Amino acid sequence: MSHADEHQGTRRDFLYYATAGAGVVVTGAAVWPLVNQMNPSADVQALASIRVDVSGITEGSQLTVLWQGKPVFIRYRTQSEIDAARAVDLADLPDQSAENANLAVGSEATDQNRALPTPEGSDAPDGAWLVQMGVCTHLGCVPLGEQGDFGGWFCPCHGSHYDTAGRIRRGPAPTNLPVPVAAFVDPTTIELG
Amino acid sequence: MAGIPHDHYEPSSNGEKWLHKRLPILGIAYDTLMIPTPKNLNWMWIWGIVLTFTLVLQIVTGIVLVMHYVPHVDMAFESVEHIMRNVNGGHMIRYFHSNGASLFFIAVYLHIFRSLYYGNYKAPREVTWIIGMLMYLLMMGTAFMGYVLPWGQMSFHGTAVITGLFGAVPFVGEALQTWLLGASAVGQPALNRFFSLHYLMPFILLGLTIVHIWAFHTTGNNNPTGVEVRRTSKEDAAKDTLPFWPYFVIKDLFALAIILAVFMAIVGFMPNYLGHPDNYIPANPLATPSHIVPEWYFLPFYAILRAFTADVWVVQIVNFLTFGIIDAKFFGVLAMFGAIAVMALAPWLDTSTVRSGRYRPMFKWWFALLVVDFIVLMWVGAQAAEFPYDWISLIASTYWFAYFLVILPLLGVLEKPLPLPETIEADYAAHYASKTGGTKTIVNPAE
Repeated sequence: MSHADEHQGTRRDFLYYATAGAGVVVTGAAVWPLVNQMNPSADVQALASIRVDVSGITEGSQLTVLWQGKPVFIRYRTQSEIDAARAVDLADLPDQSAENANLAVGSEATDQNRALPTPEGSDAPDGAWLVQMGVCTHLGCVPLGEQGDFGGWFCPCHGSHYDTAGRIRRGPAPTNLPVPVAAFVDPTTIELG
Repeated sequence: MAGIPHDHYEPSSNGEKWLHKRLPILGIAYDTLMIPTPKNLNWMWIWGIVLTFTLVLQIVTGIVLVMHYVPHVDMAFESVEHIMRNVNGGHMIRYFHSNGASLFFIAVYLHIFRSLYYGNYKAPREVTWIIGMLMYLLMMGTAFMGYVLPWGQMSFHGTAVITGLFGAVPFVGEALQTWLLGASAVGQPALNRFFSLHYLMPFILLGLTIVHIWAFHTTGNNNPTGVEVRRTSKEDAAKDTLPFWPYFVIKDLFALAIILAVFMAIVGFMPNYLGHPDNYIPANPLATPSHIVPEWYFLPFYAILRAFTADVWVVQIVNFLTFGIIDAKFFGVLAMFGAIAVMALAPWLDTSTVRSGRYRPMFKWWFALLVVDFIVLMWVGAQAAEFPYDWISLIASTYWFAYFLVILPLLGVLEKPLPLPETIEADYAAHYASKTGGTKTIVNPAE
């Protein structure tokens, strides 16, 4: 019921809108905690960083560790895997971004930008260490190592093929396997996070 | 209730009169049970009772399972094994519950395809249809969350895949997925909240069941001819209908008994036939089972999800037109939900004025193809994502959309329907008169 043409009506309309507005704000204020309680709790949010001893990983093998509830692949690549990854033409890559949290956003997806720099004092060849999230960027399955058409990783869920640098090559996954924040703190220890 | 004219409840005893003035609950019960129902309903009209029964079965077995289940990542798997090995009769209760989900979906698919064939979704029953589609979505959500609770390998990695669907939404996907999981990955918060929602949603389903029944009791049932019950007078209506009690209740219960005999055989002799052995391996975040497949009832839509990869030209065009916002991953998610959305829109996409497929000579064949298509999608959804299955799923997915978006609208214009029977009574007489010795039916049998 509108009273726009009556003097006291405009005052009533104002009260309607004010009441409705207050009602919306109060409802929102009441609902928000109920929505927000589903977000990660304080203990989950607490940033976890872990150190991983990689001295036991031999050439051509992979260690999978659980970090923040997700698997991380740490692979000591063979020279042929490194060569295969470096030989790829960047134009052939569906995702041309390195997806490396240690580099600037939008860095090129070259093999050098994917691999973790080999620390001084290590006898591993340049580009041997590849650290990446073991979570398929399609729908979150754990890809299998040394499988698929490109010799890298293959996701059994929906058939995404990653190459030996963890870059998506074929299948439904949209992006390369992300490289998390990682660094060598000494020649045999990697810190994640 | 409005609609077909019939005798309403009249309180007879003093006690009934006293209650009726204060709360007309007996009247509602009587009118619901005695609702005039088209007398030519065939055996495809029994699935409603089966579904109602199954919902109650799932709620009752679920409530007792919760008395023994522990929603914790370290104990969930063991508590389910505890139910299977130690709880008195626990293994049967759990097998009823897990196979009950399959019975639920078999019944709902037959119920939905029945409605698609006989045009039950058409005016004035659109609201019944839409509520039914909401119930179907809710059923899928409930079934998915229930599958997470045993915390086996399939539970865990299935959750990762399904919550990953929400992660595919542009811009807000990651935040949405984190919000749903309560963490960056599947874990304790996800298990705990899915348990809470799995307990809640069946009761919402129960409420929607009542609204669903209310809606079609207002419009009256459709029937295999698609011809409306005559509403011109009580006498005319009585010629087209029979009261729900006892005629249809007894018929439906007979069908339910046969279906339950099969169900009991499955529960008793092959309770794990429809499940996956991998779910008897405790959840391990570090290893995905080599072949992740959802439960059989999700397979058709899972096949649609997987069908649209980045090398499909439609996906590439959409990707280009949206400046890359809709990538292959999000396209697949949209296609999966879209497959259900186009089905929900059937009342407005179907332009034919004839309801029943029985009188639609062209529609019949396209519908039969849709049924085959659905079965093909179910089969291909369980196959590996490689040639030739990728092509089969793409073709089958395309037909699903084409049926609703192209064929249904066009058929209404192109097709010449067969003549409809004058009345339900006439159709009934043409089918049964000679066998039963007349169309006289006792409307009020000895009570």
